[in-house]
Amino acid sequence: MFNLTPEEWTAVELSLRIAIVATLVSLPFGIAIAWLLARKDFWGKALLDGVVHLPLVLPPVVTGYLLLIAFGRKGALGSFLADIGIVFSFRWTGAALACGVMAFPLLVRAIRLSFESIDRRLEDAASTLGATGAWTFLTVTLPLALPGVIAGTVLAFAKALGEFGATITFVSNIPGETQTLSAAIYTLTQVPGGDAAAGRLVIIAIVIALAALIASEWFARRAGMRYHGD
Amino acid sequence: MIPNNSMLSVDVEKRLGEFTIAVKFEAAGGATALFGPSGAGKSSLVGMIGGLLAPDRGRIALDDTVLFDSAARVNVPAHRRRIGTVFQEGRLFPHMTVARNLDYGRWMSGLPADPAGCERIVELLDIGALLTRRPGRLSGGERQRVAIGRALLMKPRLLLLDEPLASLDRARKLEILPYLARLRDEAKVPMIYVSHQAGEIQRLCSQVVRIEDGRVAASGGLELLDEAQV
Repeated sequence: MFNLTPEEWTAVELSLRIAIVATLVSLPFGIAIAWLLARKDFWGKALLDGVVHLPLVLPPVVTGYLLLIAFGRKGALGSFLADIGIVFSFRWTGAALACGVMAFPLLVRAIRLSFESIDRRLEDAASTLGATGAWTFLTVTLPLALPGVIAGTVLAFAKALGEFGATITFVSNIPGETQTLSAAIYTLTQVPGGDAAAGRLVIIAIVIALAALIASEWFARRAGMRYHGD
Repeated sequence: MIPNNSMLSVDVEKRLGEFTIAVKFEAAGGATALFGPSGAGKSSLVGMIGGLLAPDRGRIALDDTVLFDSAARVNVPAHRRRIGTVFQEGRLFPHMTVARNLDYGRWMSGLPADPAGCERIVELLDIGALLTRRPGRLSGGERQRVAIGRALLMKPRLLLLDEPLASLDRARKLEILPYLARLRDEAKVPMIYVSHQAGEIQRLCSQVVRIEDGRVAASGGLELLDEAQV
């Protein structure tokens, strides 16, 4: 059952690499935007909120197509980035970009909620004790938001791992470069006799997703315990 | 203690919706009470002295340092005022042990470690047995003692106590009052003690500023407590 072919292993390894890179790279941006949305009032805030959430409500194909227009070799951003050596189109990095964009709303939502649930009077207390805004954020706000940050990160990772529509639209379905677990399963179901291989990959997808959920639960519980009790 | 040696001078105006605070008073060294019923504007006043709330107009000075001056456009941020604040609800950081809570102000204020001074205050407040615990496992009285210690250990120029006993029952109040009295006599930090309880003030303060409806109704000695109908 689990004698995966090298092609199948490649798809699994690629999916993990893409999901991990997408999640880790988007995390600092997610924290920054979640903080802005939770704490600041500024012109264009509703617009920023809307743009961040757009991938959640747009058809993934549309998001993929927009990425293709923007980051393709002839795209406005894509051609500029290609000049400095960063290429997204038809590369695994492009898949990571698509997955990161698709997972971003989930990441931001979870982190924003946890920022909003923090007692801001604790931050006031920190400033009376001499902490600057940045130190207050690092020593009080972020540690207290940690359970939410972990939950959002895992959710984003799971989403990135399974992303299909935007990725295949943006970077296609190239074995060994952009063919993720989802794309490989899709391809296998389209060819005669591919069912057994598809079944193997489906089980692997379930195992990875479950492991991520259990890990996040464990981290969040540990973080939560630190704050309430000993 | 020495009435002529004025240290804190406050002359501020602040509009909060329908409510206007217009307060002018001076507090000499020792312990000065801001005394008045709930809703008189005492906590807003605390916020303005501590730097958490900007007055609309006026001037606040501590010794010869101007903390706020609307005319000169001076507004020293809370983290640079060095005013140790003890809040009604303690506001200990739930994710840090008592020891780290105590050390937070020194760390953030960039002061050198002072084990001897720390030990003295831990002893004064009788919190040595609590150092490894987290705030979630402290009683109300213990929490307030730690909060007082935390404010003291940043070596504040002024200690601002905002109804520090109001959330405690009678027995806990009686438990903490002697510590505050020792503090006043031994630590020699000037104190502003905000309360609506004449009994607490009688035990601790030598001067009283009576606040009513956002204004100074009277200021003088402890005899003001007898006249007040609170």
